[in-house]
Amino acid sequence: MYKLVCGIETHIELSTKAKIFCSCKNGFSAEPNTQTCPVCTGQPGTLPVLNREAVLLAVKAGLAVNCKINSKTHLDRKNYFYPDLPKAYQISQFDEPLCRDGYITLASGKKIRIERIHIEEDAGKLIHENGYTYIDYNRCGVPLIEVVSKPDLETPEEAAEYAEKLRLIMKNAGVSDCKMQEGSMRCDVNVSVHKENEEWGTRTEIKNIGSISDIVKAVRLEMLRQEKLLESGERVVQSTMRYDSAHGRVYVTRIKENSDDYRYFPEPDTVAFEVPESVVEEIRNALPESPDERFERYTKKLALPENKVSLIYGYKNVCGFFDEAVSLGASAENTINLILSTVFAVLKTEEERERFSLKISAADFAELVKLADSKKIRINKAKEILPEMLKSGKPASEYLKEEDLTALSEDELLSLCKTAIDENPKAVDDIKCGKAKALNALLGYVMKASRGKADSSKASELILSLIKK
Amino acid sequence: MMELIYPLSKMLKNRELSAVELCESYIKKIEAENKKLNAYTSYTFEKARKNAAFADSVLKTGKGGVLCGIPLALKDNICTQGDLTTCASRALESYRPCYSAAVWERLEGEGAVLLGKTNMDEFAMGSTGETGIYPPAKNPNDITRIAGGSSSGSAAAVSAGLSVYSLGSDTGGSVRQPAAMCGAVGLKPTYGAVSRYGLIAHASSLDTIGVIASSVRDAALVFDSISGRDLRDMTSCDVNYNTASALGKADVKNMTIGFSEQFINGAEKTVIDSVKAALSFFEKSGAEIIEIKMPDLEQLLAVYYIIACAEASSNLGRYDGIRYGHRASDCESAEELIIKSRSEGFGSEVKRRILLGTYVLSSGYYDEYYKKACAVREKLKEDFDSIFNTCNFVLTPTSPSVARPLGTEVTSPVENYLSDILTVPVNIAGLPAISLPVKGDGALPAGLQLIGKRFGESELMSAAYFFEQNCLLSLSGGEYSV
Repeated sequence: MYKLVCGIETHIELSTKAKIFCSCKNGFSAEPNTQTCPVCTGQPGTLPVLNREAVLLAVKAGLAVNCKINSKTHLDRKNYFYPDLPKAYQISQFDEPLCRDGYITLASGKKIRIERIHIEEDAGKLIHENGYTYIDYNRCGVPLIEVVSKPDLETPEEAAEYAEKLRLIMKNAGVSDCKMQEGSMRCDVNVSVHKENEEWGTRTEIKNIGSISDIVKAVRLEMLRQEKLLESGERVVQSTMRYDSAHGRVYVTRIKENSDDYRYFPEPDTVAFEVPESVVEEIRNALPESPDERFERYTKKLALPENKVSLIYGYKNVCGFFDEAVSLGASAENTINLILSTVFAVLKTEEERERFSLKISAADFAELVKLADSKKIRINKAKEILPEMLKSGKPASEYLKEEDLTALSEDELLSLCKTAIDENPKAVDDIKCGKAKALNALLGYVMKASRGKADSSKASELILSLIKK
Repeated sequence: MMELIYPLSKMLKNRELSAVELCESYIKKIEAENKKLNAYTSYTFEKARKNAAFADSVLKTGKGGVLCGIPLALKDNICTQGDLTTCASRALESYRPCYSAAVWERLEGEGAVLLGKTNMDEFAMGSTGETGIYPPAKNPNDITRIAGGSSSGSAAAVSAGLSVYSLGSDTGGSVRQPAAMCGAVGLKPTYGAVSRYGLIAHASSLDTIGVIASSVRDAALVFDSISGRDLRDMTSCDVNYNTASALGKADVKNMTIGFSEQFINGAEKTVIDSVKAALSFFEKSGAEIIEIKMPDLEQLLAVYYIIACAEASSNLGRYDGIRYGHRASDCESAEELIIKSRSEGFGSEVKRRILLGTYVLSSGYYDEYYKKACAVREKLKEDFDSIFNTCNFVLTPTSPSVARPLGTEVTSPVENYLSDILTVPVNIAGLPAISLPVKGDGALPAGLQLIGKRFGESELMSAAYFFEQNCLLSLSGGEYSV
């Protein structure tokens, strides 16, 4: 009955070495207020100096989502008072964002338009403890891009898919590590509902959504809340909401009847800057393969099944390893299967899979896969020794005996099948009576006798044809 | 007022005098006379003695530049590590920065000796020296009168011989006007020629660190030393000056000086007389005087105050008592803390300008005020640039009047603002200008302002030097006699 109109504003911390306006380290620090300096704590008399790397990464981010780059632009001051904002203004971009008019394509083929991407500095962090509020300025001055989508999202699932896609793209491009739990990617979701053919409703903004899956929950909850209000004849008030994952609810934190007046004006301490066309082109040409392009390549060119590809295509390092192994002659199918079934059983966390640092090389991996490809060993044998290889870092040859490496000949297979039949007359009778399951006993005999080398489907065929005779 | 730096430097290099001795002689004088004048608001004698000892060690090896061992004073909005830097405000009454301004870093490295920090209008907002929290600096020529502002203490110190030279800041005339009031030379460089890193900001696109000295050559030597690119200030320019070497090379016969009757409209008689005499001097020396058309000066004043107050309202937002500065007590919330700390920390002139600045930036008014002011500013820059196609310098009085008595009742703040009318256009356009002390009204000097083209300090200083050395009106540059 009610339609959803949803747009997302995402703040993403850029992976630069230094902060955006000073030379403080941009990185995680356990101790509060240890990565600060007079500039990022807003001491009187200090001035901002724009970090070139931040601008270039922001351009890269824009290109990764098909934006047009605004070569000549400037910074603006956004003025407001808050304890985590040392200068009482945030240096951001107002009327001339660095990037505009991009898009992200969802699985359905629907394009979600990106209105703009601009650069700005992050604020500090407030920590509430023991009735006091502490301020950690380590995060102050960390370079951010703000990615603003147009309100093209029509379902909670689309909203989550957009956010996840954005995360994947930015991570893949090396723009950010995009960890929502750590705050290097933060989504503020705007939600409004309206009845079909009526005007769009008033929107609210939901903050503090800590994960992609929470986006779905938060949007659903807010849709429900708004629908309830409208059904009871009340109106939706423009407000800022907070998502409380512990109690599964959204609640109003601030009513915003009028929009805030930030008194934007061009930042006088920094000069207008320009990213030359040639530099933009350089960055464009150096863009890595996007997750979508990789998905295409794996499913179309390598003919791998979509459900399997979708499990690895988001991990840059996994795919890099995969590509290397395949380039060394390993079959795509066995490589992906071994990664999914065996390696991922060892590397269980997101963190480990992101990093994908193995003790063995892609060459070692390829060697193992090729043995299975050529049927010198059974795929199950490969699955058996791979965990050992991962633990020790030793190559396959360490775990395979001479005899393991020789394939089973046709004659040998035939003879084994004959022996199986001879040794298991009851099973043979059962098969003749139509109990197809009895085949397993004979197969088991052959597999055991051949130490797993026999091809089970071939053996089944042979056994059945011998019995028929 | 006489040339000081070269003669003193020679004496130091010849070991006729040690830097420590020179330093102690200034300290003695300050201790005897500052109470009467309020030029300094805090002393840095311990640091001065260390600086002097360092200077002596350098001089002993036969090295050291012309500023090595020479004592100076810094306006109290220039950060010096560990020393009180208060901007004459309750908001920063006990503030000691953890770092030093670029200009002080440079000077300290050359062996300069810092005697103390000087009095000023609060946050550099004012032109009488009376808006700060300290008793105002007094004019050494007549202690019942103002020393000008906002760099009142810097000018008073140099004028009274309590410092060889000083640095101040000039946002709308705050180095030139007090220099004029006190009878010293005041140089405002081109915007971007001197790093603003460590200058506590008033209006970012207008603030310029300037030099107050007792002769043109002194000002030139200091300017050459403190100017140049600083990577910590994006607005600082890649310039390399040697204005001292250009002195004495003025090509007066090929000089064209621009003037307009507008400049002396409403000025005091003694000021008008001095300006006319100066023009006549230049003409007799071979220069051509041409009439120029200046844009409406009162409109320019409005442009200045809109832009300056807007930027100031934003720059002063950081004084919330949380990380540094005055913090109000017994507050129940962050909002209350911020509001109370600021209400208690700022004086009324500062509050007035913050309110005005907030207003002109606010939604609904931004286009009409701030945006429009910026457009007019761009036009003025163009107008000035084309004026400098027809002349080398523009000559004006620095101020329409000589120093007025301290505590003069003003019926409205705007009255005060009108006295900036001749200095403000220079900041709006970002040009260099120098105020030269000339005969005024009896004991009270007047100021003659020469405005040069952007980054044209060498030409400007040499023209100023020519005037100083040859015109009987000049009150500066006399010979130093021990």
